[in-house]
Order: sequence, then structure tokens, then C-alpha cells
Amino acid sequence: MKLSGADIIVKTLIEQKAETVFGYPGGQILNVYDSLYKYQNEITHILSAHEQGAVHAADGYARVTGRVGVVISTSGPGATNLVTGIANAYLDSIPLVAICGNVPTYNLGTDSFQEIDITGITLPITKHNYIVTDVSTLADTIRDAFRLAKSGRPGPVLIDVPKDVQTAQYEYEPAPPVCADEKKECEDISEAVGYIDESQRPFIYFGGGVISAGAEEEITKLAELIDAPIGCSLMGISGVATNHPRFLGMQGMHGHYASSVAMHHADCIISCGVRFNDRATGNKEKFAPTAKIIHIDVDSSELGKTVKKACALNGDVKLTLQRLISELKEKKHPEWAKTVEEYKKTEQESLDRREGMTARNVITTLNRYLDADTPIATDVGQHQMWTAQYASFGHTRRFVSSGGLGTMGFGLGAAIGAEMGSGKRTVLVTGDGSFGMCLNELATAVSNNCKIVILLMNNGVLGMVRQWQTLFYNKHYSHTVLGRKTDFVALAKAFGACGMTADTLDELRVAFDKAFKADGPFLIDCAIDKDEFVLPMLPPGGSMDNIITKVGE
Amino acid sequence: MPGHTIAVLVKNESGVLNRVTSMFRRRQFNISSLTVSETENEKFSRITITCEGDSDLQTQIINQLCKLPDVCKVQELTGCDSVNCELMLIKVQNRPETRVDIRTAADAFKAETVDYTSSSVIMRIAGDSKRIDAFIELMKEFGILEICRTGIVSLQRGNKTISERI
Repeated sequence: MKLSGADIIVKTLIEQKAETVFGYPGGQILNVYDSLYKYQNEITHILSAHEQGAVHAADGYARVTGRVGVVISTSGPGATNLVTGIANAYLDSIPLVAICGNVPTYNLGTDSFQEIDITGITLPITKHNYIVTDVSTLADTIRDAFRLAKSGRPGPVLIDVPKDVQTAQYEYEPAPPVCADEKKECEDISEAVGYIDESQRPFIYFGGGVISAGAEEEITKLAELIDAPIGCSLMGISGVATNHPRFLGMQGMHGHYASSVAMHHADCIISCGVRFNDRATGNKEKFAPTAKIIHIDVDSSELGKTVKKACALNGDVKLTLQRLISELKEKKHPEWAKTVEEYKKTEQESLDRREGMTARNVITTLNRYLDADTPIATDVGQHQMWTAQYASFGHTRRFVSSGGLGTMGFGLGAAIGAEMGSGKRTVLVTGDGSFGMCLNELATAVSNNCKIVILLMNNGVLGMVRQWQTLFYNKHYSHTVLGRKTDFVALAKAFGACGMTADTLDELRVAFDKAFKADGPFLIDCAIDKDEFVLPMLPPGGSMDNIITKVGE
Repeated sequence: MPGHTIAVLVKNESGVLNRVTSMFRRRQFNISSLTVSETENEKFSRITITCEGDSDLQTQIINQLCKLPDVCKVQELTGCDSVNCELMLIKVQNRPETRVDIRTAADAFKAETVDYTSSSVIMRIAGDSKRIDAFIELMKEFGILEICRTGIVSLQRGNKTISERI
């Protein structure tokens, strides 16, 4: 069957089971949009308000479904508007395929209208990218992009398609959805088995790699087998249920005290699909000084990249953990378990127990409204850390947050994608700073009747930056006091959404009662004091000895 | 700092060199020399990179190279199991009083004269980098006008090849 390049793009997306795609039309992608019109019964396209919203939505969709997210844009500004979202997906290893139109091949390189070298621009933030100049390679290029996006360590792939390639005709042969490359097994685990056998204080530390490998069950199985507590990085959140008795929560700069301290004092850290980012380790010289680190990762370049490992296992996390479990003997560490219980007790004692609209009370109030599988998206800043610390998760792939890039403005787009991918009412926890960056996507949420509860923690300041200014910049609040007069409820209404303000916990409960029954997006403008801190805090470059758990005057 | 030589077999397509060097740039790996050319198989190009750094850095470079989809094979080449060679063109002032000395030095190093004027001479010399360094050192007193070095090319000794098992 001879089809145009544009038809081939859409048919190949359908063939690859990309049921929902996100995007924004424009001059050099018009033909693809014509094909989307033609095949609208087979593929759903969600129009965003801005390409950045579309790419974040595709990212959120990929995070909750585990499938490849797809975003489509035009050339030039359409393509450059994707850049932040692609970088975001790259740093969090999210499988994404971005398709951009470009000027016809005969105009490439002439600085024609809306022409930009998007493959050049995205070179360092994609796993790979392509410019397709021959329609005969188009379908296979798209298939290859899907394969790459989901194979090994997932990530974004971009395909640039000049307009004349979209109009050219070529034979289209349907193909089955591509499979990810065969999972790599690590070669020798005997050294790791030895370290775990010898260990008296084992600690299991996992990240987003466990979620992308689907190895959540193996983590808890291993923990039971060797009697170890579990901690995670920000990207690991929701991989193990918050209420799992062995789970100590996120560790690191703003992590749970028990989790960070247990990791610090462990004699063996079994790290799975994590990359020991600076936010997780603090001062690398003083990081977990007594621990042998067993590092399991599918990406060999992560092994030993930032911390010295005792033993590196390069391979699929799930397969590697299964082999470890089959070769390890059951262990008991009653003393270590007792010590960990003490860490937990200390953490409980240092918890913020003030009444009123504290960050912790707001999030714990939210928890009562959540189902086990409610997705929670966040933006970036204090609210993100509070959500990471206090929100409860009972289902994997339900925490949708920008980890590596720390993209303010990620949340709303991502929440839209998460809602569509999961088919579940989704919560967006955001701040007034972050929300201000991409709030135009309220239009998308309203148009598509997305059931999103937007909990806007409004403190009138850029809280996280301000916290640093308080602690490390002599309270010079340079450009972090917003002093805006935005009426967020009126703003929500202007977009066609509903909204309420909440200045007390009682009002917050009333608002949640309404929001969790609403038919579309519902914004809660929730007042938070500007001097609320995210604690504990590991100062930059500090180690566990420098952890700040309380801030005095 | 020890130097490392890495041979990289890549797809012979436009933009591939850019992808490889872009990775070096963003990871802050410094390249000492780089050569690239087609191979016996027109589908592949061969890039030979030399860089300085400890063994951790070298491992990191190799791991990052392996992640690029256009990279087909990466091979570490050490001095003892490989043959290394570099080519240089060097232009030196040609004065009546130094003419004989230049000629004698060139003969000793088997450097070939490829251009000759009354005021300058271009010589071509190939060999391992140390030999070329030594020749440059020797030419300094005659007045070097210009140098162009190709960077190292390197092949593993024996009958094994980089494109085995691709």
C-alpha cells in the first residue's frame, strides 16, 4: 500500500500501539496533522497549550504506563519548545519519542522560515536522534526509535522529518510493535553474594531503574530474605509501598532521617538502578564510609561514575536481583533491625507536630483522600520534597516528579499525561512559583475534562531558593519574594476549571471533598507560611554528620 | 597522566563524528588527538582517539562510547599489543648555513623532503609519537615555520581485527 510519509508516520505510531499522543500543530508538520485527522478513530491526539506542556504530558504518560510517550511538534520554535521536556525525560530515563517537522530537505541549511537544527540542539539530551531525508527509511526509523527509547536504560529519542519527506509516497508494510533489546544478564554475582553473606548491616537502596525494570517485587523479596531495610532515591518513590514495614523512605539531601542514617551506617549497600547523584550522596568523600557498595545497573557507565563501588553488576536489575535471591541464604540481623528501629524512633520524635497549615499536615490530609493507585505529580521545589517525604503511595509508577533536571513547570503537563495514561483521578501538588511557569495547560486539562486535583501550596515566595537564602545567603531574599496579586481561584475559573481557597485544615478538607468529586480539574489555593522549611536537610557538600533537622531563629 | 589509545568502529554516516566528539565535550573528556577515516568495509569508519587520564576515566570514556547507537565496537589499544603511527609535515627555515645540518638530521630520522625552496623546506616523517617529538625538538634550532600532525593511528598486532563479531 503506497502512503504519504505523513500517513506512514501516523500508521507506524498506531502499529507501535501509541494510542495517545500529545502535540501542537504548525506549518512544517501540517501533513502529519492531516493524517491524524484521517486516522482519528485509531489514534488520539491531545492538543496542548504549548509544546512544553505536550512533552511533559507525554513524559507523565510514559511514567504511569511504562510505555513510550509520544510528542509531535512543528519545526523551529515548536521543536525548541520541546527541549526542556526532552532534557527532563533524558535525566530521568523516561522512554519518549519526539517527532518534529522541518523545512523541506531542499531548504535545509538555508536558515529558512522556522528552520532550526533540532537534531544538533538535542544531541546531548537524547539517547539518539535522526533526521529522515528519505521516505523509504521513515517507518523503520520510527520503529528503531521506539526500540531504542525502551531498551536497556530508557530515554528520549527524536526524529526530525522534513516536509517533503512527509509528502513523498512510499510503500507501507505494517509491522508488529518492536520489542526492547534482549535483557542483559550480568556475568558473575559470586562476589556480591559473598559481600551480602558477610554483611551484618545490609541496606537496600533503589531508584528509578527498579521501576523501569519492573523489579519492585524483587526488592521487597530480597529485603525479606536478607533482613534488610529499604531506602530509595527520589526517582524510586512509589516503587515500594510507603507503608511497607521495611521501607524507610527516600534518603539524601531532604530524605527521611532513618533512611539516610541507616544508609550512612550500613556495612553493605545493595544499590539497584540508582546513580548516586550529588543530591543523594552529599559529600562523596564522607558518603557511607563503612559500606561496601554493590552497584546493580543496566547502564555500565553508571557503575563507579560518582562513588567507588566494591562490586559492579552490569545487567538488567530484575534479572540480577532474581539471581541474587536464588543464590542467597536467608539471614537475620536482629541487632541491625533494632538499630534501624531506633533510627525510626528518632525520626518520629523529630517530626513536625505543630498544628495548623504546616506542610506536613497539608500532605497528610491529602493522603486520606488517595486511593492506593492515585498518581501524584509534582512540580519542583519545597512542595515536591514535602510530597516526596509525606505522601503515601501504594502502587508503583504513581509518583510523577522531575528528578534529575528539576524542571519547574513540569507538573501540570505531567499530571495531564498521568491522568490520561492511568485513567485515574490524578493529584498535582505544586507551588505558586512552579505553577506560574506553565499554568496555560489548565486550558488543556479543561478541554479534555482531566480529573486533576491541583493542590497549590501558595506561600508567595520561591520557597526552596528562599530556604537556601535563609540558611546560606544571610537572608538576602533576592528575587524570591513574588509579591504577586494573582487570584488563582479566579484564574482557574477563567480557564473554565473550578477552584477554592483553603486557609485552614478544615477548609482544606472541605475543598478536598469537592475536588475529589469534581468532573474536571479543581484547583485548591492552599496558604502556606513562607517560613516553612524542608527538613531534614543535608547542606550542600555536607555529610550525615552535618544533617539539619531543626532550624532555630 | 598516562595516555590512552582507543579505537572506535562507527557507522560510516554523516554526523557520527559529531555525536562522538559531542559526547567527549559534554562529559569534559579532553581529546589529545583524533583521526577518522573509512575502513576496509565502506559501512564503517574508524576513529582513533588518544586522551589522557586515569584508568577510571578511561573506563568511563569506553562505557559512554558504547552507549552511542552509532558506535559498533570500542577497543582499547595498549602500546605493547598494538602498532601506533603518526604522520607529520614540518616546514623549517632553509638557510645556507643550516642546510647540511637539516639534511643530516632528516636522513637520520628518515624524513623525506616533499617541498623545497631557497628559504624553506617541508619534510614528511612517520613513526611513533615519541620519534616525531624528538624530530621536532631537533628542528627547533633551525626555525620551525609550521607543523601539521595527523594524530595517532593504531592497529592491534596479529590477525585479530576490530570488526570481528559485529
